[in-house]
Parts: sequence; C-alpha cells; structure tokens
Amino acid sequence: MDALLQFLFSGLTVGAVYALVALGFTIIYNASEVVNFAQGEFVMLGGMITVFAFEAGLPLPLAALLAILVTSAIGVALNKLAIEPARGAPVVSLIIITIGASIVIRGATQLVFDKQLHRFPSFSGDDPIRVLGATILPQSLWVIGGALAVFVGLWIFFTRTLTGKAVLATANNRVAAQLVGINTGWVMTLSFGLSAAIGAFAGVLVTPITLVGYDVGVALALKGFAAAMLGGMGNPKGALVGGLLLGCFEALTAGYLSSQYKEAVAFIVILAVLFVMPQGLFGRKSTERV
Amino acid sequence: MSKTTTALATFAALGVLAGAAQAEIRLGVSVSATGPAAFLGDPEAKTIEMLVEQLNEKGGINGEEIALTLYDDGGDPNKARTFATRLVEDDEVIAIIGGSTTGTTMSILSVAEDEGIPFISLAGAISIVDPVREFVFKTPHTDRMACEKIFTDMQEQGITKIGMISGTDGFGASMQAQCKEVAGEYGIEILADETYGPQDADMTPQLTRIRNTDGVQAVLNPGFGQGPAIVTRNVAQLGFEIPLYQSHGVASDAFIELAGAEAAEGLRLPGTALLIADKLAEDDAQYDVVTSYTEAYKAKYDQDVSTFGGYAHDAFALIVDAIGRAGDSEDPQAIRDALEATDGLVGTTGTYSFSPEDHLGLDLSAFRMLEIKDGDWLAVD
Repeated sequence: MDALLQFLFSGLTVGAVYALVALGFTIIYNASEVVNFAQGEFVMLGGMITVFAFEAGLPLPLAALLAILVTSAIGVALNKLAIEPARGAPVVSLIIITIGASIVIRGATQLVFDKQLHRFPSFSGDDPIRVLGATILPQSLWVIGGALAVFVGLWIFFTRTLTGKAVLATANNRVAAQLVGINTGWVMTLSFGLSAAIGAFAGVLVTPITLVGYDVGVALALKGFAAAMLGGMGNPKGALVGGLLLGCFEALTAGYLSSQYKEAVAFIVILAVLFVMPQGLFGRKSTERV
Repeated sequence: MSKTTTALATFAALGVLAGAAQAEIRLGVSVSATGPAAFLGDPEAKTIEMLVEQLNEKGGINGEEIALTLYDDGGDPNKARTFATRLVEDDEVIAIIGGSTTGTTMSILSVAEDEGIPFISLAGAISIVDPVREFVFKTPHTDRMACEKIFTDMQEQGITKIGMISGTDGFGASMQAQCKEVAGEYGIEILADETYGPQDADMTPQLTRIRNTDGVQAVLNPGFGQGPAIVTRNVAQLGFEIPLYQSHGVASDAFIELAGAEAAEGLRLPGTALLIADKLAEDDAQYDVVTSYTEAYKAKYDQDVSTFGGYAHDAFALIVDAIGRAGDSEDPQAIRDALEATDGLVGTTGTYSFSPEDHLGLDLSAFRMLEIKDGDWLAVD
C-alpha cells in the first residue's frame, strides 16, 4: 500500500512537470495552431537564468522574476523575428521554425552560460513529508501547486476574459478575427510572451528537483508534447490531466512492471488513446469545412 | 651582384623556414568539446592546449616544439572519423589523442590502425584495448575496474547482496553489464536490477522496488550526468538505511553540490587522486603530478579540474614521454614502440606501465575508494 502511494507521489511530481510544459504549449497552439517545440527551451531558460542570477547574489524570488521576464522577452522576440516574418507559411513550416529556434536558444545558452548542470535550493527545504509510509518532497508540492495554479489561470483566461476569447478567435479564423476588430498580430505576440513566461515559471519550480543544464529542454518538450496530445491539444484541462496521467503511467510501470518498459508503456497508452479518440481525452472534435 | 645576394638570402631563408617546419612535432587531437559529451571533451581540449603551451615555453621535446591540431568532433563518430583521416593525411600528425566517448574512439581507432599512427583514447569501454590493438592505447580505467573496486570494498564491509539502479545511457548501460559480469567473482549477488532514463526527474519507484526486495544490503548506481544526483536525493528522501555506492562517472565536486551534501553523506565511490588533490599526502607518488596540474589548470581557466581533463593530461604525458624515448620524432612506429615500453609513468589517474599484452597499463590501485563526508571527499583505503 505504501508502495502504491510512493509510486503515485512520484507520478504526480513528474506528471506535474509534464503538465506545466503542456500548459505552455496550449496558448501558442490556441492562437496559431502551431506546436512550439521551443517550449522546453523556455523551461530550461527559466531554470538557467534563475541559477545564474541567484549565484550572482540576487535573492531567489527576484532571480526567478528576472528569469521569467527575460524568458518572455525571448518568447516575444521569437515571434517577432522568426514567426511573424513567415506569416502565411503552412503550420508545418512554422513548427519547423520553432524547432530551429530551440536549437539556436540551446546553442546560445551554452555560450552565454556553460555546459554544466546546476540547481538552486528548494523553496521549503529538503525534508521529506511522510504520508502513510510514503514520502514526498515539499518542492513536489510546489510543482503540483504551480501546475494547478497555471491551469486555473489559463482556464479563466480562455473562458472568462475578452483577450482570451480573442486568442481563441484568432486561431479559429484569423481573417474573421481581424474583421471583428481583433489585433491578431498583438494576440500572437501576447501568446508567445505568455507561454514563454509559463515555461520559465515551470523551470523555476522544477529545477530543484530535476536540475537544469543547457540541454534539458528537448526531453521536456517531447514529454510535454505527449502529455498535451494525450489530454487534447490546446485544452488547459487536457494538458493538466494528460501530464499527470503520463507521469503516473510511467511511475506505475516502473514500480509494478519494470523500469525498462517505463517509456514504452506510457507511449503505448497514448497511442491507444489517440487510436480510439484522435482528438485526445478533452480535445474538441474538429471539422474541416470544405 | 645584388640580385645574387637576394636570391641567396631567399634560399637561405627558405632553408631555415623549411628546417623550422621540420623540427616540429605534429600532434593531432579530436575530442568532443561541444555537443552532448561536452562535459568530457571541454576539459580535455583545455587541458591539452594548456599542456602544449607549457611544454613549448619550456623548449619542447629535445628542442622541438609541438604543433597541435585540435578538432572538435561534437561527439559525432562520423565527424571523428573524418577528422582522424584529415589528421593523418593533411595534417600529417605523428600521433593522435582523443575520442572523448567510446563511439568517437571506435571511429578514430580504425583510422589509426589502418594508417599505423599511435592513438591514445580518452574513453572508458574495455573493448578499446581488449583485444589489444597494435596502435591503440587508452588512459581511463575501464568500468569493469570500477566494478571490481566497488565489489572489493563491499566484500570488506561484509556486503553480499545488492540492488542495482543504472542509467540507460552508454556509460550506465556498459558499466551495468560489466558489474553483472564480475559480480560472481566477488561473491556478490544482484537481487534487484533497475534502470532509469538519462533525463528522468524522479527514481523513487525503482528505489522503492529495491527497498522492498528482501535481503538487499547496498545499492549500486552506475551512471553519470543528472541521474546519479537525483538517485542520491531520492535515496535520502526515501530514508534508506543501507549504503549507496556511485560510480567514477560522478567523481567531481559538482556532484556533491548537485546532490546536496546532506543527501550525499556517507556515499562511496571509486575515484582518482585528482579528486582529493588537496588532501594527498606529500609523499604520495601522485602528489607532484596532481598538484601541478590542478594548480596550473585552476590558474589558467578559473575552473576546477575534472577526472576527464586528467585523462587528457595523462595521454599527453604518455605521448611526450614516448617521443622523448623514441629518439626519432618523425616515425610513428618508433613512437608506438616507445609507448608500449612505457614503465611506471605517474599520471593523474594512476601509474601507467604498458606491455604488448596490456595497453591500459593501470591496476586497481589507481582507483581510490572515496566517501563523502561533511560535503567533502575522504579517502577510505
């Protein structure tokens, strides 16, 4: 019993990391139907900048804030310098641009900072919390709480605010959105800034657990993408549930079956879900108008 | 008349230049200074550049300076092969140092063997020197030796039943296989055998399985990068009461920082003298080599040395020593023969003595069993 609980704690910790990355995907996808593969690099930047600002003497909260601001500026720059000039290009080309951007960001980080692994202290210490024989680190609670907070924030943003609805409208039909007075260029800029900020926030939360180095973004982006696909691309609820489920699949497989099959089982489950419902667990059925 | 003088002077100048070019020892290096293995190749490249500079300032070997050609293969075996060919054919080097990873080493190795150029590898796999290849040598200990060192220590502690958790990266997988192969010889039984991906964020499920396996007396974790640091933290989180052994893959001060001094307390691993440079006794055989290297490196790059830079240091020392004894700095065959005759050369990793049957030249004494105590390394044997 305590083993099961331990597996679930592990799954929720890792799953919340995936969920945070998947939540970052949501915004840009909703604005442009582009899957931004530089999302993992935003997470990495959040961690790296915080580490170096912290080591330079800034207090941790200030270092984190700085990292989030700088990363959103990089997100905006990515949109202005790489995505906007390619306006009108097919979605696939835009996705390839984001892959290129992720390589550039990785290389630049390597030059500006270094190639070593880093971490900074956990927010509330490293003493594990004991629950019925299983243990969870306080930092895991921060990550899970952070994922929930971002989820609620995005949910309200997309359903209750005019700006959020403008983002959805832009994705749905850019021309129609422009006709009703939505500044679609601004919506895109906002989306990139916001999603970079969410990525960086995730990086700040997870670095004490996962450590950060210039190349940790790739694996995160892949897992986050899988989580988003599982939950339904573009849906914050889907991103959250998809991430947590993926984390739990992995942990339970490692715990009960074998750690060798951990990744394989998780992906088989995703494939199975997508086979039955291609839009993911919470995705809307899309219909192409001909 | 003046024309003749000019012509003569030109000829003379050409002759001198050609002479200078002749009196150069051309050394080739291909390491992974960037890319996924950069943490290996970066200190290696820096070390060799520093040592070449030092040696040339002192007047080189028998008055001949070393001309270094250094390539960065980025950890890509295809690039490594191209660079090895270029080193031999275009740069006409007399020896090659390099191959930060086993993959790139294998590429360079075949070129070196075909062309008859002595090659010293900086990678770990035992298959590089077993079977022995005429022109191939290597400086790092093998992962099999690390297993043997760890198992020897376990025997002394009375540990016979262990659980293993290994990274699935090349290093972890290779050492996992080697440990399983030699465990029997030391009377060690592996009751649990778990793995983790190189970028996994949490290993508590695997560790819980190990903890729930009856009779496990210690945990062994072959791996490098972030995995072992996370394993160490998770072991502390789960409150294990049995010893944790890590591999030489994490033998650096940065590891203690990443894992946290508290979580790493009491952890044991096999490391080299380099790691405890400031704690070596002055009469230790490796004291001089290790201190002069660590001090010079720190002064030049403002970074701590790593075991990997130490491998490059030793490879360079071996080549320089061999060229000095070969008498002829132009003939790769003579240099190879001198290299094979190396006897008792003290490096940062250990004391090298090559023979026709042994192109690694280290024994278990090169490894020192270290324990992390109060956030620092402590030699326990």
